Amino acid sequence: MDLGTIWFILWGVLWAVYFILDGFDLGIGSIMPFFAKTDEEKRIMYNAMGPFWDGNEVWLITAGGVTFAAFPKTYAVMFSSLYTPLMLLLFALILRGVSFEFRSKVDSPGWRKLWDTCNFLGSFLPALLLGVAFANIFKGIPIDQEGILHGNLLTLLNPYGLAGGVLFVLLFAHHGALWLAYKSVGDVHARAVALAGKLWPILAGVIVLFLVMSFAMTKLFTNYLVNPILFVILLAAVAGLLLTCHYRRAGRILASWGASALLIGTTALFGVVGIFPALLPSSLNPAFSLTIENSSSSPMTLAIMLGVALVFVPVVIAYQIWTLRTFRHPVTKEDLEYEEAY
Amino acid sequence: MDTLMLSRLQFAFATFIHFIFVPLTLGLSVLIAIMETKYVRTGDETYKRMAKFWGKLFLINFALGIVTGITLEFQFGTNWSRYSAFVGDIFGSLLAIEATAAFFLESTFLGVWIFGWNKLSPKVHLLAIWLVAIAANFSALWIILANGFMQHPVGYVIQNGRAELGSFIDVITNGYGWNAFLHTVTGAWALAGFFVVGVSAWHLLRKQNIDFFTKSFRIGAGFALIFSLLVAVVGHRQGNIVAEVQPAKLAAMESHWDTQKNAPMYLFALPDPDNEKNSIEIGRIPSILSLMAFNDPSASVKGLKDFPKEDRPPVALTFSAFRVMVGLGTAMIVLAILAFIARHQPVESSPRLLKLLIWGIPLPYLCLQAGWAVAEVGRQPWIVYGIMRTKDAVSPIATSQVAISLAAFFVVYILLAALDIFLLAKYARSQPH
Repeated sequence: MDLGTIWFILWGVLWAVYFILDGFDLGIGSIMPFFAKTDEEKRIMYNAMGPFWDGNEVWLITAGGVTFAAFPKTYAVMFSSLYTPLMLLLFALILRGVSFEFRSKVDSPGWRKLWDTCNFLGSFLPALLLGVAFANIFKGIPIDQEGILHGNLLTLLNPYGLAGGVLFVLLFAHHGALWLAYKSVGDVHARAVALAGKLWPILAGVIVLFLVMSFAMTKLFTNYLVNPILFVILLAAVAGLLLTCHYRRAGRILASWGASALLIGTTALFGVVGIFPALLPSSLNPAFSLTIENSSSSPMTLAIMLGVALVFVPVVIAYQIWTLRTFRHPVTKEDLEYEEAY
Repeated sequence: MDTLMLSRLQFAFATFIHFIFVPLTLGLSVLIAIMETKYVRTGDETYKRMAKFWGKLFLINFALGIVTGITLEFQFGTNWSRYSAFVGDIFGSLLAIEATAAFFLESTFLGVWIFGWNKLSPKVHLLAIWLVAIAANFSALWIILANGFMQHPVGYVIQNGRAELGSFIDVITNGYGWNAFLHTVTGAWALAGFFVVGVSAWHLLRKQNIDFFTKSFRIGAGFALIFSLLVAVVGHRQGNIVAEVQPAKLAAMESHWDTQKNAPMYLFALPDPDNEKNSIEIGRIPSILSLMAFNDPSASVKGLKDFPKEDRPPVALTFSAFRVMVGLGTAMIVLAILAFIARHQPVESSPRLLKLLIWGIPLPYLCLQAGWAVAEVGRQPWIVYGIMRTKDAVSPIATSQVAISLAAFFVVYILLAALDIFLLAKYARSQPH
């Protein structure tokens, strides 16, 4: 396999890992206004993501950085042509990031409400925007040979893009509810499990709809029909969808969350594999697409970056798993009395 | 205004706001790690309380540093797409390495440190803050090496219509980048020293928690003195490097128009770029510019007139930012010496000194911002020195998009910075637990 293809796969995997990890934070933030009845419940939700959300978000920075390093032309065209949605995403993430740190720093209900609103918007909007953006990438965006977008934000809000947005919001909300269930006890735990149960059939419906729309409105299945072995990815997604329900009913919440992670990861990879070898397909003319071939870095950069990734990424994964294990206990009232708690 | 000017303003504004938060993060993380090390070694609970008290201020500040940093990375793609496509091979890989090798470590172990006080053994907990401090500064190294490539491009070859990696070793051993890193980090550590000294002085002036804040003061004063001296030493070396590789920037820093030997320096001057001279020149010190730039009083220093007009940086801004940096840097050394002399019994020193040290908190902030202005404005009109002009680097996007996002940046960043300063002030004045 050539270096470009290896980096294409790593690129897809990095985005998938980001969606899996930050997905549960974004999901918890998105369900918070509808879920939490009291301030204490909100604090349980904040502290369920407390030690992790920051490290999770770095996967986004890494996914962005790797796009820049391995496929600079794709990075340039993708981010400049999706300027407005990307700026919205950044502002949303800014508000979310500071809401964690600021919320508990002034003892006033109005202050807390302000940051709760920011956390909600900063979670819901990124879920929606990432879904819309990636669905549009899967479908192809109207870029010309200069990499200039012919259209605006409304062009991106087409039915398929919106379906992708709804899909991501639901995937993350379901994923977040499961994480909250895993990290809580008593009434919050029971209600989080029940919420995941309520979201599941809607999510399953939207997944079916999204697949049908992908079949009818995009060229994503071409690669699959040429190489039927790739259908393994779709099978894994289906398995994730069914298993997450099965484990939840069996009361094995962590396993159910893991199945949800599999579902999210394979959903992202489903699209990435579908657009191969393009990273950013053009809907105007396939010749204008940004591909591995016309947008990758020099072989030397790709090789050095691969060395860096092979050394550091396993280390990162190891210490992030250690962190997840160290803080795996459920958040209880005693934890909320902890001085540093959010 | 066009997309280029708006994008420049947006990037400058986003960088300056980001750089309000980052230097304190770089230095304070090390100070907290030192405090916690003292706690683990001696078992003295005061040092644990110190780590927690200063840690709270660190965290408020850190949140803003992170979120403003994310936007900077993405702005290369959104606003400077032609630059990104041209240098991504080199510049992009340095950013990616920063995220993979440093930023993950910093963010993950910061979470561990915040939530781990009761969950981890003291030694593992101490390790977490040292990892945060090391990773934060390591992160700065990669970012400044990336900036170093823009300032003094090395290790590249132009082929396939872009700058491709020629030698990775040359890129990561770039002398400009390493010295700029040392200059920035010593400055940031001095800033953190002044921050701790200033906040401690505020409490000592009110005679509260004297033992706690005397100990904090002592650590901060030592730090402030060592690093405000080192930043000047490294800064001198930075001047030599600039003289060698960016002569137009050096000439703009001094508003030096005519190439000459034994070039003088003026304590005060008023640049008049339209007429290619200084309208006022006061306090001429002969040969000093030659001496400062090349360590040789008779060396010839190239003047701005020897550069085509389109290759000259904005003189007035570079010149005044350099004056502000050097002036404030000198004031910092004086203040740091005074604080160091008073460090054992600061509460018994004069209240005037304590007040002065409170007012000393903003000095290093302004000084560091001015330093970045010299580095970045002085690099103009180039985005990559001598290779790519800033005007050729901007994204082919609608002006209105950038205008709207710039307005949003102004509003959101100013509000957040104000809130941050409000919270920092609130918690700096609170009593340690």
